[in-house]
Amino acid sequence: MSLSEIATNDMHGEKSAYFDGWKAYDRDPFHPKKNPNGVIQMGLAENQLSFDLIEEWITKHPEASICTPEGISQFKDVAIFQDYHGLAQFREAVANFMGKARGGRVKFDPNRIIMGGGATGANEMIMFCLANPEEAFLVPSPYYPAFDRDMRWRTKVKIFPVECKKSNNFQITKQALEDAYQKAQEQNIKVKGLIITNPSNPLGTTMNRETLKSLVSFINEKNIHLVADEIYAATVFSSPQFVSVAEVMKEVKCNPNLIHIVYSLSKDLGLPGLRVGIVYSYNDDVVSCGRKMSSFGLVSSQTQHLIASMLSDDEFVDNFLAESSKRLGKRHEIFTEGLANVGITCLESNAGLFVWMNLQHLLKDHTPDGEMELWHMIIHDVKLNVSPGSSFHCSEPGWFRVCFANMDEDTVYVALKRIKKFAGNGQKEGEPAKAKRWKNNNALRLSLSSRIYDETVMSPTMIISSPHSPMPRSPLVRART
Amino acid sequence: MYGMSNQQQILLSKIATNNGHGENSPYFDGWKAYDSDPYHHIENPNGVIQMGLAENQLSFDIVEEWLLKNPKASICTMEGMSEFRDKAIYQDYHGLTQFRNAVAKFMGKVRGDRVVFDPNRIVMSGGATGAHELVTFCLADPGDAFLVPTPYYPGFDRDLTWRTGVKLLPVICESSNDFKITRKALEAAYEKAQEEKTRVKGLLITNPSNPLGTVLDLETLKSIVTFVSEKNIHLISDEIYSGTVFGSPGFISVSEIIEEMECNRDLIHIVYSLSKDMGFPGFRVGIVYSYNDDVVNVGRKMSSFGLVSTQTQHLIASMLSDDEFIENFISKNSEKLSKRYEDFSSGLYEAGIRCLKSNAGLFFWMDLRRLLKEPTPAAEMALWQLIIHKVKLNVSPGLSFHCSEPGWFRVCFANMDDETMEVALERIRSFVKKDLSAKRQRWQDNLKVRLSFRRLDDPHMMSPHSPIPQSPLVRART
Repeated sequence: MSLSEIATNDMHGEKSAYFDGWKAYDRDPFHPKKNPNGVIQMGLAENQLSFDLIEEWITKHPEASICTPEGISQFKDVAIFQDYHGLAQFREAVANFMGKARGGRVKFDPNRIIMGGGATGANEMIMFCLANPEEAFLVPSPYYPAFDRDMRWRTKVKIFPVECKKSNNFQITKQALEDAYQKAQEQNIKVKGLIITNPSNPLGTTMNRETLKSLVSFINEKNIHLVADEIYAATVFSSPQFVSVAEVMKEVKCNPNLIHIVYSLSKDLGLPGLRVGIVYSYNDDVVSCGRKMSSFGLVSSQTQHLIASMLSDDEFVDNFLAESSKRLGKRHEIFTEGLANVGITCLESNAGLFVWMNLQHLLKDHTPDGEMELWHMIIHDVKLNVSPGSSFHCSEPGWFRVCFANMDEDTVYVALKRIKKFAGNGQKEGEPAKAKRWKNNNALRLSLSSRIYDETVMSPTMIISSPHSPMPRSPLVRART
Repeated sequence: MYGMSNQQQILLSKIATNNGHGENSPYFDGWKAYDSDPYHHIENPNGVIQMGLAENQLSFDIVEEWLLKNPKASICTMEGMSEFRDKAIYQDYHGLTQFRNAVAKFMGKVRGDRVVFDPNRIVMSGGATGAHELVTFCLADPGDAFLVPTPYYPGFDRDLTWRTGVKLLPVICESSNDFKITRKALEAAYEKAQEEKTRVKGLLITNPSNPLGTVLDLETLKSIVTFVSEKNIHLISDEIYSGTVFGSPGFISVSEIIEEMECNRDLIHIVYSLSKDMGFPGFRVGIVYSYNDDVVNVGRKMSSFGLVSTQTQHLIASMLSDDEFIENFISKNSEKLSKRYEDFSSGLYEAGIRCLKSNAGLFFWMDLRRLLKEPTPAAEMALWQLIIHKVKLNVSPGLSFHCSEPGWFRVCFANMDDETMEVALERIRSFVKKDLSAKRQRWQDNLKVRLSFRRLDDPHMMSPHSPIPQSPLVRART
């Protein structure tokens, strides 16, 4: 007897070629001692930099666990609690944390907090609430690949990409939105909303206030929903400051019934295993219906209890947010400086757990195939599992998302060494150096010494943009044959 | 939804605006009554006692004792902290190996080790709620149907149909044969679907049954497996009460039947959870166990929408890997349920209330047909309102379980302490006494011995020469 259509289509997205990178890693995972030549995992957007802060807090607060002598008296009540409203303290703590992650510039109402099975479940749930099968959501590209599964697979909602381009640093333009909207109309596709990820995955950038305001005006004008996936909100490590849709709503005329935020603790706190997904909606009916739907993916009450305790501790939260941000900033700097030293630029970014690396100059062909070829080389020869831009539906080949926060510092340097080796392999014969690259805002940063990776990060004042590089080869790095 | 403007309705999806969640039904009155006036033995002794929640609150002490002795089971204790980051970062939808191993082992032990479960077939989901929806998404397309014997758990309407677009078609079971599922009833339901041009994709059974509290006998199970094989449709066996069996006959799982019969295993799937057997509904440990490789594969991918928190996976893995603990828990839990069942049912018997003979579950299937003014749904609702507001017990009316005959009520007994149970029994006794004196005449006219009542060997029950001055059906206590 056959299974359902949903069970037999490929909308889960796992048959894609992109799993090659994962397979390569699984077969041959890097370990500093046991397998120093293995594949380094740089395809997982995880935040592993601040566990010590959490572990320290938990050690000091045994009552946060229902399994300790201090917390056991709560065991029964917590174990039996399956109310889809969630523990009141949990909702309050999460609302408190969300506000603090936005610098206290906005307050969140605990009664609008709905649980979801991780952000994965939250994204699917909000689609079930807002759109019917065959209706569509506009999604600016490049976007997180799993949106294809989360938003479409069981809901049958369509994704309509809004192309963003390098020429303006992948910012979403009103024009691009209008074009996409028009195109949908022409194809008789009903657009129910727009989903944005801010800070962006894979770009690592925060949306500027003006753009956000124009998006809110756009959706308000078209009377369509805006879902803002803000799961990287607290991974912002440098300016500009994060501006949430929650703030912009106050500044632009809009119907609050159209505004919804998806959140999670997977990135900001580094706790993806705990499956803490949140839907926060300004629409009362969505809150009401979403809450009923949350039964399909409630957060374990054991986890709700832990999170409630932790995030109610203002001192912990304030300290964590500041320290985590600092560590991410430092890691980002080490990595981008290291890349720049070998002539690899990244989109300038101030958030996220990854960089959006530009390897366009290494492509043999400026085509998706060219990108795949380069990618395979990176996986199998350089032995880094990075994610090719086409998996993010980027319209321009040559971009790669590279994660930097899921490893210790030593591993970062190993990765940089390998990149350096790969990048410093000679200029293609007959290919002239392209002068315009030197004028790039993200100027090539040349190292004076190949030992740069073992020392503290070079200060910007030492950056040389001279074409007279001390490095023997062209800064125009090129793919190895 | 009420209160929504037309414009609002257009803004949201059809799923968001239909009543597929099932909460607009009048049956929520009982919950509201309880919420607004909850019983507390000191603070609110006249409040409504919650008897509508099928929870197992009897064995927490065994679990708590184990936890204190096994601090490594928590990733938050000093002893367990070294596991914290690995677990916190782990989001693989295969689930922790130790978790799958431990759950598979527990499932086997609950079935007396008569069958072995393969950890690689264990798929996680957001509670049994998520498990049912997941399996439905895997097996059926919108417009397809599942057959479900009545009476059945009201949540199935939401879990299997709300977001999936799949239908549930009842297989009518009747009190005349203790609500057994007959081949005839299955065929009739299947036929009806054919006539309506609805494609039947499977049959969903709950064994042990909610709300009946009974287990399926060997004959019935075999006939069910034969039926699905012949029709080439799926069988989903919801076995979430498998560890709540407290008396004979013993529980027979579909996993045992398929070892004894020729059948296409690709059609067989089990839904499980730790919510009832262990009393952990808050932990959202839902399991889909399928004998169909494709369902395991795709189900696993779908499980991303409702994985079990790794903090909880780790706790459960530790606990259920401890053979001594499991064996002790299973037997003590069963003993406590049995005792509670005995105490309650003898109290009910004394009050002249009869229930379907049962040996599992966390509830009674109480027969109050004789208290109905007339055998109609409206009369059941009226009686129910009376029980909620005057007797102040939140019980669940049979019609909410799609029972084809009015007058049956599900009454939970394992979600309270002994004291509360006594209070509930006392209220029932008073109610029946009052009701009896009002209806005495009618009852004497209709007097019949009901063989379904469990105390068949009780001399008082059998003999018409009862030492009890009133009708043997009722025993008034002052």
